[in-house]
Amino acid sequence: MIDRLDQIFVLLRQWVVGFLPASWQTAAAVVLSVVVIVAFFPALFALTVWMERKGLGRIQNRLGPNRVGPFGLLQPIADGIKSLTKEDIVPLSADAAVHLLAPLMLVVAVFMGFAVLPMGRNMVLVDMDAGLLFYFAMGASTEVAVFMAGWSSRNKYSLLGAMRAVAQMISYEVVLLLSSVVVVMMTGSLSLTKIVEAQNHYTWGLPHWYIFTPWGLAGFVMYAIAATAETNRSPFDLPEGESELVAGYHTEYSGFKFALFFLGEYLAMFSISGLGATLFLGGWSAPFSFLSWVPSWIWFFSKLMLSIFVFIWMRGTLPRLRQDQLMNFAWKFILPLCLLNVFVAALWRFMGEGWPRWVVCSAILVVAYVVVGRIEMRSEHFGPRRYRYAE
Amino acid sequence: MSFVFYLLAALTVAGGLAAVLLKNTVHCALALTVAFAGLAFLYLNLDAQFAGFAQILVYIGAVAILVVFAILLTKGSETPKDGVFSKTWLAGLAVAAGVFAVLGWAVLQTAPMLPKATPAPAVTVGQIGNALVDRYVLPLEIVAVLLTVALIGAVIVALHEKEGTR
Repeated sequence: MIDRLDQIFVLLRQWVVGFLPASWQTAAAVVLSVVVIVAFFPALFALTVWMERKGLGRIQNRLGPNRVGPFGLLQPIADGIKSLTKEDIVPLSADAAVHLLAPLMLVVAVFMGFAVLPMGRNMVLVDMDAGLLFYFAMGASTEVAVFMAGWSSRNKYSLLGAMRAVAQMISYEVVLLLSSVVVVMMTGSLSLTKIVEAQNHYTWGLPHWYIFTPWGLAGFVMYAIAATAETNRSPFDLPEGESELVAGYHTEYSGFKFALFFLGEYLAMFSISGLGATLFLGGWSAPFSFLSWVPSWIWFFSKLMLSIFVFIWMRGTLPRLRQDQLMNFAWKFILPLCLLNVFVAALWRFMGEGWPRWVVCSAILVVAYVVVGRIEMRSEHFGPRRYRYAE
Repeated sequence: MSFVFYLLAALTVAGGLAAVLLKNTVHCALALTVAFAGLAFLYLNLDAQFAGFAQILVYIGAVAILVVFAILLTKGSETPKDGVFSKTWLAGLAVAAGVFAVLGWAVLQTAPMLPKATPAPAVTVGQIGNALVDRYVLPLEIVAVLLTVALIGAVIVALHEKEGTR
């Protein structure tokens, strides 16, 4: 009974597909899974938009939307209707073809990322041998879409926003990949299902999640920072900051195309949180072995929503980073620590079981963090501002 | 030579042709991105998962971005006054035809020597990794040195410009 609840979506799919002739069944199973993903995650997006507006409102000591429906729960529906019925304004001198293709390319690339996430036991859409690499390849394609959006609008602010966004995304993509490489190193496989299965063991009731190891914790923190920067989320949202650049690369988009950008940003947040949960938080495995009776997909989505909650919390609390501060942070601080983390993970593996490896690895990471931080802070000049002009 | 192969080949060739024939330079860069994507799908068609995804990650995610940055930060995005086609196009066509003829002859010469169609070897990422540190470690190290030199060179060029204009 517990097992059936755990596998309920797989069983439902088998039952629906069983009505079709045998030669159509595999294709129909894939199409059905795709339809469910394309329908479910935008519904989750609507819920998250409500959560964000209410959450930000409460952090900022005000109520969020509370007129439309009880506690403002129907607000996303009102927003959806609004964005569908708004006029789609395209500037006269804008490049119409590229202007149309940019949000499409963004949403397609982001949806492709969901294909490799293991959302429960046996619940992956495509179980690829190189699943993690596929995910990062799709993430890289979103940068081209962002650039296309900014350039085709023929607007200085859009172009500036697009350039900043692309520079930020490229810098933090290096950090994202390097902090995931540690997980791949320790598991020995790029396949996300194998990574989750390697974390699904328990010692004295506690799980073997990678976040509970020194290199895993450092990797998770760096992954979380890079994930916030990749999805252009506060405190890294200078490219789309309202008070800085009108709206950055999606200034000239109105109506449904803007809704597609908004959807793309939140879906990217979901998929990157899902990947973080898979890599570091054990994917669909339960926190304690006595809780394994709860279905696996509930654990996966709880971890995903917890990450989303932390994203919303960070947005409401932390101030925005300036562009040069962002880039310095990525290249001079996080990247050396990422490379050190790879070395520390190798040390962990070769030191063998026992308590010494915990002490040595944690000590190396903490000392490096403090030393690199102090070195970076030394070059901060707290005095009258010095200007460097572009030549 | 299946239908999928012809479709992907048409996509790649169309992207390449558009990249040289379009007037707007940024459109040319985007058409080049389509050609890269076509190549990636061709790799995937041959069951080379790692090569296909690495092609998307590196070429579309980094090289295409580099190309558009270079176009935007220089004056290349305006269409040149005297057209985009060169005056000596006939000589260029002759050279390109000659190179194609040599390559085609070389490929056709080796075709009878290939064994009969065997099933494609299933190369896993683990095997590629093992080969990189086992048999091909020298090319790996040379590429690493090359990348380091390029990085240091970029930093020095940027630094020098800042110093020079003070």
